[in-house]
Amino acid sequence: MSILSVEHLSIGFHKKNGDVFQAVRDISFKLNAGEVLGIVGESGSGKSVTALSVLGLLPYPKAFHTKESSIKFNGQELLNSKEDELRQIRGGKIGFIFQEPMSSLNPLHKIGKQIAETIMIHQGVSKKIAMQKALKLLITVGIKNARQRLKAFPHELSGGQRQRVMIAMAIANHPDILIADEPTTALDVTIQKQIIELLINLKQKLNMSIIFISHDLQVIKKIADRVCVMKDGKIVETGAVDDIFNAPQNSYTKTLIESRSLLNINNKESDNNILKIEHLKVWYPLKKNFWGKCTEYVKAVNDISLKLKAGQTLGIVGESGSGKSTLGQAIVGLNKYIGDIFINNQNISDISSQQRAFVQIVFQDPYNSLNPRMNIEEIVKEGLDIHHPKLSPQEKRNRVVEVLKEVGLKETDLNKYPHEFSGGQKQRIAIARALILKPQLLILDEPTSALDVTIQAQVLKLLQKIQQERHLTYIFISHDMNAIKTMSDKIAVMKDGKIVELGSREEIFNHPKQEYTQNLIAAAI
Amino acid sequence: MNFSLSKAHTEQIKAFKKNKRALISFYIFLILFVISLLSEFIANDKPLILKYQNNFYFPIFKTYMDKDFGGDFPTPADYKDPFIIKNIEQNGWMLMPIIPFSFNTVDYDINVPTPSAPDAKHWLGTDDEGRDIVARILYGFRLSVIFSFLLTLISSIIGIITGAIQGYFGGKIDLIFQRVMEIWETLPQLFIIIIIASIFTPSFWSLLIILIAFSWLSLTGLVRAEFLRTRNMEYVKAARAMGASNFRIMFRHILPNAVIATITFVPFLLAEGITALTALDFLGLGLPAEYPSLGDLVRQGKDNLQAPWIGITIFIVLSMLLSLLIFIGEGVRDAFDTRKNN
Repeated sequence: MSILSVEHLSIGFHKKNGDVFQAVRDISFKLNAGEVLGIVGESGSGKSVTALSVLGLLPYPKAFHTKESSIKFNGQELLNSKEDELRQIRGGKIGFIFQEPMSSLNPLHKIGKQIAETIMIHQGVSKKIAMQKALKLLITVGIKNARQRLKAFPHELSGGQRQRVMIAMAIANHPDILIADEPTTALDVTIQKQIIELLINLKQKLNMSIIFISHDLQVIKKIADRVCVMKDGKIVETGAVDDIFNAPQNSYTKTLIESRSLLNINNKESDNNILKIEHLKVWYPLKKNFWGKCTEYVKAVNDISLKLKAGQTLGIVGESGSGKSTLGQAIVGLNKYIGDIFINNQNISDISSQQRAFVQIVFQDPYNSLNPRMNIEEIVKEGLDIHHPKLSPQEKRNRVVEVLKEVGLKETDLNKYPHEFSGGQKQRIAIARALILKPQLLILDEPTSALDVTIQAQVLKLLQKIQQERHLTYIFISHDMNAIKTMSDKIAVMKDGKIVELGSREEIFNHPKQEYTQNLIAAAI
Repeated sequence: MNFSLSKAHTEQIKAFKKNKRALISFYIFLILFVISLLSEFIANDKPLILKYQNNFYFPIFKTYMDKDFGGDFPTPADYKDPFIIKNIEQNGWMLMPIIPFSFNTVDYDINVPTPSAPDAKHWLGTDDEGRDIVARILYGFRLSVIFSFLLTLISSIIGIITGAIQGYFGGKIDLIFQRVMEIWETLPQLFIIIIIASIFTPSFWSLLIILIAFSWLSLTGLVRAEFLRTRNMEYVKAARAMGASNFRIMFRHILPNAVIATITFVPFLLAEGITALTALDFLGLGLPAEYPSLGDLVRQGKDNLQAPWIGITIFIVLSMLLSLLIFIGEGVRDAFDTRKNN
């Protein structure tokens, strides 16, 4: 029997200029008791808005529904019901977990107080009893030293712990439904796995239904019983999780699934080492004594040595804070370091930054990696302005157009500004900017992490194609094991500034030696 | 430097144009400023054009001698002198501006004690030295606005450069600069001006320099913060990885972003500059008597309460000028506020 039924739901927003933005168009789905329903889709597909509308949390009256829209919870109509009726349901019958646990918790209150507050509001118990219940909840969600942690402030907890606290708050009043909106997206893979296991556990223990929203099919596959695939505000396919994954009907669902299974390309091994790193250290001062001398350091990169053959891809994988980005930035000369970095047997500390064109970098965030006040031609051309100032404007323009075409953009894009492009296109522009100087070594610092899955796949394919054509050497930095597996010939696993394991793709994925590596792989698949 | 109007800018101009109050204020201010730039042709004690013995003369552009028009003295001609007027009219004609008084022309033909009340000859009356108030306001308006423009422009340039250096390099440079600025800020500006004014008479330029010495501080903090924020953006890192020099990164990548933040402040700085100059003139610490100054009129209004036309006129002029600038400033601020646009 269905506990929540959404019928013909449409959600529109009035825009400032009088237009209407249709976020969700006529969708219907049911949630059965004790079931986990996954909603999957790219950013902008309307999945979060759908979840928010269940709790009446949309910015009314800017947002509106059509007359046919209906959301029934145990037979009670939720849409257009009174605010105080909804408040009973929010946090009581229906719990909610958001994506970003830090901004969902009040930084000024201790977590115990925050959990106790929801209990007091909905159950009307005294503070003392509420605190006892809060303690029990913290134990239930698997927080160690729960009694001490009650008095902790949100910033004292790690991302995973914060998400556990959020879950504790959401289940505090024994909800019938738990809505989880991308609850694992901001977390590292190993933590992701723990949170999902916790949710599955809680579902059985508390006999809840869960609506689990994610853009990540892998995560959905692990937790959901049924899946709704959303695209452009519509549900394009619904079905049991096995049916969807084994026999997808809709073409979009197929691309979504295929984007996870890219071809692994093996690059030929050449003889010369393009990159040689010896005892590289990047330490940041943490504490200074009275005389300004450093007494404590953050050892972001701590004594790393490695070699990389030309034409190959070295994947560097690790959780956030493992020092992988710092390592990449040290190679392009953005960080000060101790030790030696040789490129083509030349120590890069001996050559000026002006001559360093053969190493380039592509960053993670397509939103702030392009200067918003420069147009695409200016952005891509800049490398030429610096290194080949004598070229004629026409010649520069020709080269810019050539490289734009190589990354799949058009000549007509030259005069556009970054804000006119989507995330994937911005990343293509960033790649074009790096390629225009004809580098030999390209450092890709999480180039796909901020993109939707289907776009990720396109960018990875593009990078593979460019590598084949230009015989480039890549250092591919990522926390995403799937992307690493697709791209890399060799893989270095980093933890706490050190390389804990280094080997070929097959060695790492088939016979991981370190427990840390095994955890990473287990969490990803 | 790249200050060409990018698309982002045209959007902001559009947003500014939507704000009717700011747009109308901007046009009114522009018209008033253009009129005041043409003060010499509107209020002057010299004729615009003069025909004498079949020759044309342009006294506004060139000083002619008394002798040129049949007088006896090798001194500049006085076009109010009945003898000269008679001579010219016999041998040709002359066209006087609408207001036949310059800001410093003392009208000796007034039969009542100065300040004289408004009449057909002096539309807003005269001040206590018998000078036409309309003419003084016209010239005073121009002087105030130009003074304030220069003050804003130069202190913005200094403020942007110092802020950029602090924000971009950070560390010790930033630390030392900040402490120096803090000390500088605590210096009592007014007393320093009083001391300087008592040593030598301030002129337009020396007063400008003294005021700049203190007003550049107001933008430095803002630009510093903008540079601190932007220097860690990935596009700055990308430019550095590409081998771009510090100078290039500062001017091409960060400055255009920081300039937006400063543009928002400019109309308010303009208003501040006008207020500062007026206040100093009012206290008698500003420009010497030979300059047409709005502050001097405020002082006369206070000293001559029996002649309310002085006080009322200068009150209306100053409050209108400052209101216009504030309205424009609000329009600019809202147009550049990205949070509001989206």
